[in-house]
Amino acid sequence: MAMTEGTGPAAPVMGKGSMTVRVVERPKRTFATQIFLIEVWKGLGVTFRHLFVNLARHALRALGITGQPGAVTIQYPEDPAVLGKRARTRHRLLKREDGAPRCTACLLCETICPAKCIRITAENAPDAMVEKRAKTFDIDLGMCIFCGYCAEACPVDAIHMDANEVEISSYSRKDMIWNMAELLGDAPKVPGGTA
Amino acid sequence: MTGVDLLWTAVKVVAAIVLFGLNIAGLLGWVERKQSAVMQDRIGANRADIFGITILGLFHPIADALKMLTKEDFVPKGVHKPLHGLAPIISLGAGMFCLAALPYGGAVTFAGRVWDLQPIASSMGVPLVLAALAFGVHGIVMAGFASGSNYGLLGGLRGAAQMIAYEVCLASALAGALFLYGTLDLQQAVLWQAHHVWGVLVQPLAFILFLTAGAAITKRTPFDLPEGESEIIGYHVEYSGMKFGMFLMTDFFESIVVCGLITALFLGGWAIPGVDLLAMGAAGGATALIAAVLMLASFTVKVLLLLFLLMQIRWTLPRFRFDQLLDLGWKNLLPLTLVNFLVTVWGVYLWR
Ligand code: SF4
Ligand code: SF4
Repeated sequence: MAMTEGTGPAAPVMGKGSMTVRVVERPKRTFATQIFLIEVWKGLGVTFRHLFVNLARHALRALGITGQPGAVTIQYPEDPAVLGKRARTRHRLLKREDGAPRCTACLLCETICPAKCIRITAENAPDAMVEKRAKTFDIDLGMCIFCGYCAEACPVDAIHMDANEVEISSYSRKDMIWNMAELLGDAPKVPGGTA
Repeated sequence: MTGVDLLWTAVKVVAAIVLFGLNIAGLLGWVERKQSAVMQDRIGANRADIFGITILGLFHPIADALKMLTKEDFVPKGVHKPLHGLAPIISLGAGMFCLAALPYGGAVTFAGRVWDLQPIASSMGVPLVLAALAFGVHGIVMAGFASGSNYGLLGGLRGAAQMIAYEVCLASALAGALFLYGTLDLQQAVLWQAHHVWGVLVQPLAFILFLTAGAAITKRTPFDLPEGESEIIGYHVEYSGMKFGMFLMTDFFESIVVCGLITALFLGGWAIPGVDLLAMGAAGGATALIAAVLMLASFTVKVLLLLFLLMQIRWTLPRFRFDQLLDLGWKNLLPLTLVNFLVTVWGVYLWR
């Protein structure tokens, strides 16, 4: 399907190299492909190869000879989950050098949150340069959709989504709400605790 | 028929269905999971344990069975109750009958009596099994019709169209082979192969056609349109609990029956090349017992290997579109089976 020549005055003139066209040949329907049998055996060859190679690898492992594993499966609860370097995980509130929370209670994150799961109450900060700080800061992870908008919206880099923790499920909706101390890492999350 | 004959027949039928059928069906549930997993670089179900012992997930079929037995048998509003209940029984019953008609072994002389190892022996064995297999489709259509659900009805109709198309191919693929064996009796067909040569060597085309049509009859991928798990769920969409389990079991039974038929008609049945099992069986005493065990083992191993192949095909090929399916059946397989039959008849005529 080569580029067509300009069909009218309005047709844009394409400069050389401004667009590359790759012509993909349709596979021909030959007799060999249409009787299925050959193609079926080719496919079976692939799956049989995988089957026997993997079986041999499993057997070698079982005999104590280590080699390549026979499966890519991660046995999750026993083996730790493998997270990517930039995985977006549970929220974390950051602190300044003096130990105070960075958050200035500007409510930008609460405003942008599409799931409306952030609740912040503000109070006066002792530091006159900061003016405001968060008194309470709750995130309902049961409603959060992990879009990451809150971390993006924050003007003072106070909230990140890099706690590298994915096991945040709990047995009650109330336990899905994390408060400020828990998000700051000052208090451990206890099921049935204060929220 | 004496009392011993009747008792022996009953024992054989129960053994064929329970020992052979149910065990292999349970095993197939496990093989299905594990084989697909290994060929897709996965591990497969391995969590069901008894006191921490998992033995490669072999307990999963047991867990499945327990789950189905204890689940609520939910009958939705709007179904035709009697037919809804009857459908899985018909399907499963047809599968069971076919299982009981397979030749698991030949005649064995022991303790002064000839014991035939085929549960239901009949001079019309092949048509009987094919008819029973075809009867199974009534269960599917009935299920689809009685469900009062469009998806179920679609599945049932697809099942009917597919069954009719491939039942014809199934029977006519056998025509050549049966002409060669000169019998309709499964046991006689096995004996012919034991004396001459395996059917697959003289009827290779019929073997492939029968395998294809057989795979279609068992309604498994690439021919799983009546079920169509990913779109319409199919004729058993309104079933739950053990009634659903019966449909599931029918699928496995039909796979076993088709593999048993292929074994009996093309792969020499219970015969082992180079070993005269019939003479051993007629010798009596311990030799006859060994012959009986060898016959059963040979038949079972052949069936298991075929099931392995069918399972591999099931997990390799994508599903056909419905028009492709019917094209394959009516326009390709059927003419080929007829050509095969004509060529066989001519060959036999010229050879004689
Ligand atoms: S990640 Fe998205 S949904 Fe979750 S708290 Fe942040 S803004 Fe709200
Ligand atoms: S956007 Fe940042 S500074 Fe503003 S309230 Fe949220 S976390 Fe605090």
